[in-house]
Amino acid sequence: MKYLQLVLAALQRHKARTLFTLLSVAAAFLLFGLLDSVRGAFSGAGSTVAGLNRLVTVSRISFTLQLPKSLLERIRAVPGVADVTYANWFGGIYQDQKNFFPNQAVAGNFIDAYPEWKLSAAEREAFRNTRTGAIAGALLANKFHWKLGDKIPLQGTIFPQKNGSNTWTLDLVGIYRIADPQQRGQENALFFNWDYFDEARAFGNGNVGWYVVRVADAKNADRVAQAIDALSADSDHETKTQSEHAFQLAFVSQFGDIGLIVGAIMAAVFFTLILLTGNTMAQAVRERIPELAILKTIGFTSSSVLGLLLAEAVLLLLLGGIVGVLVAGVVANGLQLSMGITLPPIVSSVAVWLRALGLMIVIGIIVGAMPAYRGLRLRVVDALAGR
Amino acid sequence: MASGRGNRWRRLLGWLGVWALVFCGLLVLAMLPGWSLPVLLLPLALWLLLTRTGRQAWSATQVGIATIPQRLGSSSVVVVGIAGVVGVLVALLAMAAGFAATLKQGGNDETAIVLRAGAQTELNSVISSETVTLVSQQPQVQRGRDGLPIASGELVVVAALPKRTTGLDANVEVRGVSERAWELRPGIRMITGRRFTPGLRELIVGKRAREQFSGVDVGSTLKLNGQPWQVVGEFEANDANDSDLWADFGVVGPTYRRGNSATSVTVKLTDAHAFETYAAALAADPRLKVDVRTTRAYYTEQSASLTRLITALGNAIGVIMAIGAVFGALNSMYAAVATRTREIATLRALGFRSTPVVVSVMLETMLLALLGGMLGAAVAWLLFDQYTASTLGANFTQIVFAFRVTPELLWRGLKWALAMGLIGGLFPALRAARMSVTDGLREL
Amino acid sequence: MNSLVQTENLSKTYTRGTQHVEVLHSINLAIEEGDFVALMGPSGSGKTTLLNLIGGLDAPTGGSISVGGERIDQYSENALAKWRSGHVGFVFQFYNLLSTLSARKNVELPLLLTRLTGAERRERADIALQLVGLAERAVHKPAELSGGQQQRVAIARAIVSDPTLLVCDEPTGDLDRQSAAEVLTLLQQLNRDHGKTIIMVTHDPKAAEFAHRILNLDKGTLVDVAERPAA
Repeated sequence: MKYLQLVLAALQRHKARTLFTLLSVAAAFLLFGLLDSVRGAFSGAGSTVAGLNRLVTVSRISFTLQLPKSLLERIRAVPGVADVTYANWFGGIYQDQKNFFPNQAVAGNFIDAYPEWKLSAAEREAFRNTRTGAIAGALLANKFHWKLGDKIPLQGTIFPQKNGSNTWTLDLVGIYRIADPQQRGQENALFFNWDYFDEARAFGNGNVGWYVVRVADAKNADRVAQAIDALSADSDHETKTQSEHAFQLAFVSQFGDIGLIVGAIMAAVFFTLILLTGNTMAQAVRERIPELAILKTIGFTSSSVLGLLLAEAVLLLLLGGIVGVLVAGVVANGLQLSMGITLPPIVSSVAVWLRALGLMIVIGIIVGAMPAYRGLRLRVVDALAGR
Repeated sequence: MASGRGNRWRRLLGWLGVWALVFCGLLVLAMLPGWSLPVLLLPLALWLLLTRTGRQAWSATQVGIATIPQRLGSSSVVVVGIAGVVGVLVALLAMAAGFAATLKQGGNDETAIVLRAGAQTELNSVISSETVTLVSQQPQVQRGRDGLPIASGELVVVAALPKRTTGLDANVEVRGVSERAWELRPGIRMITGRRFTPGLRELIVGKRAREQFSGVDVGSTLKLNGQPWQVVGEFEANDANDSDLWADFGVVGPTYRRGNSATSVTVKLTDAHAFETYAAALAADPRLKVDVRTTRAYYTEQSASLTRLITALGNAIGVIMAIGAVFGALNSMYAAVATRTREIATLRALGFRSTPVVVSVMLETMLLALLGGMLGAAVAWLLFDQYTASTLGANFTQIVFAFRVTPELLWRGLKWALAMGLIGGLFPALRAARMSVTDGLREL
Repeated sequence: MNSLVQTENLSKTYTRGTQHVEVLHSINLAIEEGDFVALMGPSGSGKTTLLNLIGGLDAPTGGSISVGGERIDQYSENALAKWRSGHVGFVFQFYNLLSTLSARKNVELPLLLTRLTGAERRERADIALQLVGLAERAVHKPAELSGGQQQRVAIARAIVSDPTLLVCDEPTGDLDRQSAAEVLTLLQQLNRDHGKTIIMVTHDPKAAEFAHRILNLDKGTLVDVAERPAA
């Protein structure tokens, strides 16, 4: 675009000022990238297509209470249910508390409920048939350099064993992979055989933590959920069945209104950013009133000058903002490598970019509007006379 | 040429010196305790008033400040930018401090809590009634006036109640307590209604729990595990217990099919030093598989990870925002120095040396920064002090806490403001000092 | 008539709050194509105002202006802008050039409003720069050029879109004697060899000598019209 060189030239007029403003904008969007990702994590950005077919059944009172295993076949008999599986949160520690990763005791067919997780048929078979068998996600296995066949000791924190020991030794028989980069964080987990768990634990035997139900048709999900809950109505183990997504949202909402907190912080950040860049633009335009007048004498219309100034503001925001979001991606990567915290993807997410670019353009227009308006209104004659 | 290379080395050294100065300044600032500000201001004020250079600096500063109304836009950038950083920082740290404070209140060194070995929280702990008795009978446990040990075996279970703000169910802690529980927590008093009657399905609700959840006002009926319970009173404990519901241990157990097993035993020790002996005695007994901690240690642990997380988050967000604010301040102050080129050059021509000019720019920036810091701190205090929120506690139940904007936090916010002012003002100040007099007078 | 520029009863009144200041009263003048006119008068006589009106930078409050047969007094702001880009070139005393662009880019500015390609714009700009004798300074920024050179670049920009009319407001006001002479000689050359019509406001009689005729303004009216023999 031939006018682009004009806009760029304007930004280069005062290089230090442009650089400082760019860095401020970058800082603001760095925060946006990270916080938006955190907000996404808490609003269950992880809902998937396959997840639409999954229901989670937990105790109505609290997911920390267990349910009897006898429910398994009764749930399977409910019309519309394709398959049922179950799991218990184990919460074991591998070597050091700092190495925390989710680990659960699950039924043999557990991974079948997650078709988007890739595990070879041989490894599935091995898991079903090995009493002390365990499968881990590729991310986790790579982090600890585990290979198939390795023995992995976990220290129990919740469930002591009948024989008094606290160490549960597992055999790694499978490593699963997830293709979707948005879901990659789920590779950070380990699952082992529920039968081993139930036999060895000192109490709570015969009870499961929760059921995962695969429905044949997602359209019937609500009806199936109600039918499942009806099985345990008025018993001492009342259940609550909801879609996987709804369950995640309900869990996350217990942490607090993360969306509100993130929103409030970003509002404060963008407010100060608008003030800062607004001031910069105002300064820049004030200095160039005579030059803008010259452009008008050459024949640039008022609206062209307005457009140039708006373009300048938006370009400033775009340049700084894109850098900020890219750096956010780098920081998120760093967090994953150093502390194992996996956030929803930033740089590879179209939604994040759309939101970010939208904000950059809107803020650019807000910031450029006032000084651009002044540019629109300036009377060439007055400007050249120095008034 | 030799002198050219020498010049370059000197310039490099000069820059290193400046950065070293900044670094030292920040270190000193970080270590300053609250009361030191007025103490430091005194020698500064004296220098400004009594020495010749100081007086020059002061008059230069006055000239600078007098022009601020003409530079309202760029001055407000410094003030508001820094206010934003301080406001967000103080708010987040107040959240962490409030959470930690709420939990820590309930703990002291004379009370100990016993859990099953390996259990981190009461949620995972199961203690048989025999163990409760054994643990209570130890000689280190204080005896009451009736000669019986001041010990309370307690059962923590979970109930689901709708949160007032979202309408969604969240988990609340229900604590079954014995009669001794009141003696163990002397800070508790009833606000409304009465204590529950032992043997009946009666509950009392903590002040914070009643504020956060619906369906637990005094007089209402709750369903716990399918059975109706009545809320007969409201209590205030000024610690994490305010987020709980209390009932009789003997009735809660059967309702939740836990028989007479407990999740914890809380005991009052004979004195603060008895803890080590007590812990040793419990460890030595082969019949017991328990962990014991002072309540202070236990509650500190419970709040530790969340507090650390929020504090780290607050600091990280603060740093990133501060970077943005500093660049904004640099912009403004460089512009300020540029617009006052003529004034500065005039001052220099009149005989003012570089130091007063540098000091005056620094003072002006620090004053604006201090203003911003106070503004941000004030907004944070007004909006967030005592603001209640609730989040997931260690037992996966809600813990209600109030943000605490402490004077220490406010001072920390002001220190951040001064640090940003230091960096944002030093470099423009040096530019002002290095400006050549003739250039300035020509007013390019 | 065949005049390039013709004004009839042209007047301009400024309103500042409740005060009305009539800067130009009923100006009637005609400027032929190919003429080189110097507009002189004491400070406050309205010469810059008259220049601005003829150049289409301002609109009159009374009377009419016709340039090249077009009644520019009836044009809207946007129409005037469009008209200016093809028909007039301006040279001012200060601020002519954008400090962040090179000489060549400055000269290309008017061509951005046309449909020419980048290569065509560059070619025309180079021709204009050659005409004013600054072809080798094409990539220099204004800060790297002397005052006289900057004015010559401004002239190159004023002629790059080949307008018929060149309007100059004190073009040598800020220059030393020698640079002023160079600039004025260039203007004369453009008028004589390329047929550009030039209207120049100046307070310097020595500069006015380069023109064909002098118009004198005093308190908003034309006083006498001195003819100079063609050079």
